[in-house]
Amino acid sequence: MATEETLVHDEVEEKGGGLWSGGKSPFGTSYGKLMMWYFLLSDAFTFAGFLIAYGTLRFSSPTWPVPDVVFATAPFGIHEHFTWWDGHAPLLFVTFMSFLLIISSVTMVRAVQEGHRENLRGVAFWMLLTIIGGAGFLGCQAWEWSNLINKEFMTVNANPFGTHIHNGEFLGEDGKPSGETFEIGDGYLIHNVDAAHADHGDDAHGGYGGSAGFHPKVITKGSDMPGYLVNDDGFIQRKYVVKDGDDAGKVYTQAMGPKAFGALFFFITGFHGFHVFSGLVFLTIIMINVMSGLYVARKNGYEMVEKIGLYWHFVDLVWVFVFLVFYLL
Amino acid sequence: MGLSYEDGIKAVYRGLVLLAVVTLIEVAISLFGKGHFGGGVEKMTIVAVICGLLIVILSVYKAYFIIYEFMHLKYEIKGMAMSILLPVLLLVWGIIAFFQEGDSWKDRRELINQKNEIAVESPFLEDQK
Repeated sequence: MATEETLVHDEVEEKGGGLWSGGKSPFGTSYGKLMMWYFLLSDAFTFAGFLIAYGTLRFSSPTWPVPDVVFATAPFGIHEHFTWWDGHAPLLFVTFMSFLLIISSVTMVRAVQEGHRENLRGVAFWMLLTIIGGAGFLGCQAWEWSNLINKEFMTVNANPFGTHIHNGEFLGEDGKPSGETFEIGDGYLIHNVDAAHADHGDDAHGGYGGSAGFHPKVITKGSDMPGYLVNDDGFIQRKYVVKDGDDAGKVYTQAMGPKAFGALFFFITGFHGFHVFSGLVFLTIIMINVMSGLYVARKNGYEMVEKIGLYWHFVDLVWVFVFLVFYLL
Repeated sequence: MGLSYEDGIKAVYRGLVLLAVVTLIEVAISLFGKGHFGGGVEKMTIVAVICGLLIVILSVYKAYFIIYEFMHLKYEIKGMAMSILLPVLLLVWGIIAFFQEGDSWKDRRELINQKNEIAVESPFLEDQK
């Protein structure tokens, strides 16, 4: 007895085709969309590799910068109004950046929905909003980077953000205990002579690490003074006396933060930012195509918009995990 | 396409609110775990572990939502969805193996530091003094 399936099969056979001669899409998706999915899968592995490298180095390091200390500034001095947290706005700006990306993801879904209705103007409008959201995110990232590089002097091979490994008390300029105490696990930012001189301490990270308000007279690079040390790159590393434990009474120098942090931060957020940027380029091209009526003429129902939509959601998806490992944990 | 146009629009804005709220909860948990809402909790390992776990779970939920709703994987054929999702399970091995490795590096480093501090008294070193 011939079932429906074999009948269909016979029909195809008669036309000179077979199971392997194309024309069938077992996954019910077009070639283009399927390949976009597999590209995104491979890209997910690339990002996962980077983030796992971050985790591995973080696990291997005795201390790690506290994200709430590193990312506690916002443009226009907004953080200064957070008086209850001593003028720091931990994670405020980056939460705003996340919202921008989430919103632009939502507008992208709207563009795809309008595409299903063959609504040319709707698709173009929502894609334009998506582009604005993505560009806003990139702008925010540019501000974040320039703040870290120009004000806090973090680079790929110098990281001024550290975490205290002792309960201790800072020494003053003269090498005598100054009364400023700290505890294990407190984050600190080591000031650079160039920044300390220009801003006189009222810069972004005022209260962290006891370097605020510490303006030593001798700031020659490479000098070793009784109460502090200025390293060759101009970072003022204060000395402190340990208050308890096996090392009580010993004098240590505040160490620079784990070196890998800067490189990992700039490389991973940079790689994500590069994805956002290329996404914007493709969004713009496809939006122009939409407006020119190309997809109406091609009669393939705005499938290109769906494909770039998949890519754009993926960028948002990756940000969920970048946000998780760099800012939240 | 699983939903009608109007339901689709509603679902999108529900998704926006959901993602925004989950993100805010994550940030709140993170700040709480770091001791911004009350002194002392940041010193407790158990608080850090619980907060960390909660944040990871919420992030995975966000990822699930973006993939299944926004990227429409929920409405695709199951075999296709699995061909994309199952390979990701390899990362479970990657995370366990590499984090273990990182932890081991830390132990080694501490061991080397300890050994460096041990004073050595050896007859062979006498000549060098």
